[in-house]
Amino acid sequence: MFSRAYRTAITIPPLFWVVLFLLTPYALMFCYSFWSVSSALSIVHQWNLGNYRELLEKSVYRATLLRSMGIAARVTILALLLGYPLAYYLSFRRTTRKDLLYQLVIIPLWVSYLVRAYAWKTILGSEGVLNTLFEYLHITHHPLAFLLYSPFAVVLTLTHIYTPFTFLPIYASLEHIPRTLVEASQDLGASPAQTFWRVVFPLSVPGVLAGATFAFVLSLGDFLAPLLLGGPSGIMISNIVVSLFGAAYNWPLGAAISLCMLILVVGLLFVAERLERRWSLS
Amino acid sequence: MDRRVTYSVTTIAEIVDPAEQARSAAPPLLSIRNVAKRFAAHIVLSAISFEVAEAEFLTILGESGSGKTTLLRIIAGFEQPDSGELWMSSQRLDNLPPYRRPVNTVFQHYALFPHLTVEQNVAYGLRIRNTPSSELATRVEQALAMVKMSTFGKAKPAKISGGQQQRVALARALINRPRLLLLDEPLSALDANLRRQMQVELKALQREVGISFLFVTHDQEEAMVMSDRIALLRNGALEQIASPREIYNRPATAYTAQFIGHTNLLRARVKGGIACCQSLSWPTQAADGPALYSLRPENIRVAAEECTRDKVRFRARVRNQAFHGATTLLQVDCSDGLALSVLMASSTGVEGNLELEFAPADAVPVRESLETA
Repeated sequence: MFSRAYRTAITIPPLFWVVLFLLTPYALMFCYSFWSVSSALSIVHQWNLGNYRELLEKSVYRATLLRSMGIAARVTILALLLGYPLAYYLSFRRTTRKDLLYQLVIIPLWVSYLVRAYAWKTILGSEGVLNTLFEYLHITHHPLAFLLYSPFAVVLTLTHIYTPFTFLPIYASLEHIPRTLVEASQDLGASPAQTFWRVVFPLSVPGVLAGATFAFVLSLGDFLAPLLLGGPSGIMISNIVVSLFGAAYNWPLGAAISLCMLILVVGLLFVAERLERRWSLS
Repeated sequence: MDRRVTYSVTTIAEIVDPAEQARSAAPPLLSIRNVAKRFAAHIVLSAISFEVAEAEFLTILGESGSGKTTLLRIIAGFEQPDSGELWMSSQRLDNLPPYRRPVNTVFQHYALFPHLTVEQNVAYGLRIRNTPSSELATRVEQALAMVKMSTFGKAKPAKISGGQQQRVALARALINRPRLLLLDEPLSALDANLRRQMQVELKALQREVGISFLFVTHDQEEAMVMSDRIALLRNGALEQIASPREIYNRPATAYTAQFIGHTNLLRARVKGGIACCQSLSWPTQAADGPALYSLRPENIRVAAEECTRDKVRFRARVRNQAFHGATTLLQVDCSDGLALSVLMASSTGVEGNLELEFAPADAVPVRESLETA
């Protein structure tokens, strides 16, 4: 349809963009992860596996990674538990004002991440909304410590932030289910609950997989929520990367962790993609 | 005397077919009583009442917007009527949810579950009822064999053709042994040839399983071919319900006469037992005053050589001919300007001026159809 020259011409700018801002940084990161830092805090351009050895030997990295995955898993489950019923309600039960409610779910995405994280700080802090209320009602007499600067606070905030990301693909997949399938199921004797489990849910699985992938991957790599609300016990793997690239000035080790994370995430995306495709083809 | 008696018996046998006799004797399977439905200010159905007999093939025929699909959805339970009742034998149906009604539906676009195989689709209703797996397997096999789809059991619906999906949808509904099968324009998505083939198959299948079919279509030819009776809906009201023969030969209203087949509507004036429409006149039983008659194009013929008293004879000029293969449809103008359609065997070969005739009994008096739209 288009000439060869035209097609080549329109391919070059995006290709240039990807190479310059995506592949080059990754390549640099890849190289850094095999270098090391001298005692004089300069990068030694000498290929070695020292960084990876350190990652395997020091339990703090493994523990933090496991904690991060634990937090991400909890966020994913909570976001699905919130996002799915919401999406189902909007798609199948609402007939009026659907658009308005849909917008209300989307609007939080327009608000700055920092604002939302700080909002939780004012709610959960020792002088915050919740503790003040509890003390006023004489439910507690001291501020509850676990509310802020804890994994709890991180999970809560990340769930708040990433629920719309699970809601959207689930909603889209539910909207794509022909309503006659629901009628056909009921016509064949299935109650609304049986219809949900045998028809609606199986057909929404691709949306659930996409939403779960979003929530897990995004919260696994998050560093702001743990930084602002996590405290020492809520540190996540990205916080370590940030400090290695910053104060600790150990770019090679930071790069090694980043590369491991990248491989983990790409692996996850690959598996999710395969599952999704198998599900929708079958 | 003897001869007269024999003669009258054969006449009755010709008019009343045995199925019709059985129907009038047995209690109805489904009765629809004064069912009405409106969406906002728009009246979709106004006080519809009729009955479906056991083992009957009844077609609800109507143009789009006549309310036929809404009526079917009310019977299936997907819509609630504003007033009126549905009864199946002695069970009231209209306050039951769809999944508790002993009816099954074949949907217009089949609505097969895309994530299940053909077999799993067919087994769906039995699974819901926790049918033991040995019985389930044999019944699924039988159902697929019935619609000649045994070899496709493991296929997903997306991998089979429209006609095959149609068969699977039929098997999926019939396997539950419903007392009444609802079919919502199931053939409309098929091409013409396959459609004609499916009409015959569907009718044969209905005879075989002996389940009442309530079939919705906008295609009058399809309705005529398949049905025991046709219920003609117009703007949400029942225009006429009768056997295909009766509805064709004795249409009650002008709308019925025009919708079912093709007809000439003659606007006549009756005076002293004679109906007059321009230069044509024929004896009638109607009372004095204006009257409307339906005269089918095939009932007008080229006049016989000798003049007979019992036929209405007139001269006309052929304006237009449309060749349909075995038959040709002529547009003729009578000397007084009255335009008529005439259907005759193509072998007749006519041209120019013609001497035509029709029997007075073929001019069927019909009611004027109210303009409600």
